[in-house]
Amino acid sequence: MDASTQQKIEALIASSPVFVFMKGNKLMPQCGFSNNVVQILTALAVPFETFDVLTDMEIRQGIKEFSDWPTIPQVYVNSEFIGGSDILIEMYNSGELREKLAIALAS
Amino acid sequence: MVHPDQVRDAIRRALPDAEVEVEDLTGGGDHLQVRVVSGAFSGLARVKQHQLVYGALRSELASEAIHALAVQTALPV
Repeated sequence: MDASTQQKIEALIASSPVFVFMKGNKLMPQCGFSNNVVQILTALAVPFETFDVLTDMEIRQGIKEFSDWPTIPQVYVNSEFIGGSDILIEMYNSGELREKLAIALAS
Repeated sequence: MVHPDQVRDAIRRALPDAEVEVEDLTGGGDHLQVRVVSGAFSGLARVKQHQLVYGALRSELASEAIHALAVQTALPV
């Protein structure tokens, strides 16, 4: 990954306390896993921003190296990678996600 | 596409004690769900646990032989 892609990724995840790299956008997710994440964050009524990796191949590949995580979606809270669809579902079901986001958004 | 047995073997090479269940969600061999139980996950955050599983399947994921992989990890009871 080149330095400009890395800088772009860092700027994106810093642009919102909750940031999601996904396929498609909030209104039209292009993948079931990305849709899961949008549905969960919407259900928790937290503000979040997204980036559609289908529009930028360099970000699409770069984000996988950035987090050492091979799949999309990827969710960042206060610039920390917290997981993809499976982990979000687990954290949502256990109540851990609601708690983590409440703390993150309060700070 | 990959055979579920190949996925199980690849995970066991990385995590020899692992109990692995592989489910082929669509029958096409490229949308898979794995449940992995291993002592190696002890003390690790979930992201790290999943990274161990992804690491075992790095080449299959990079080549998109596996297009979608749902992962569940757990410690032995």
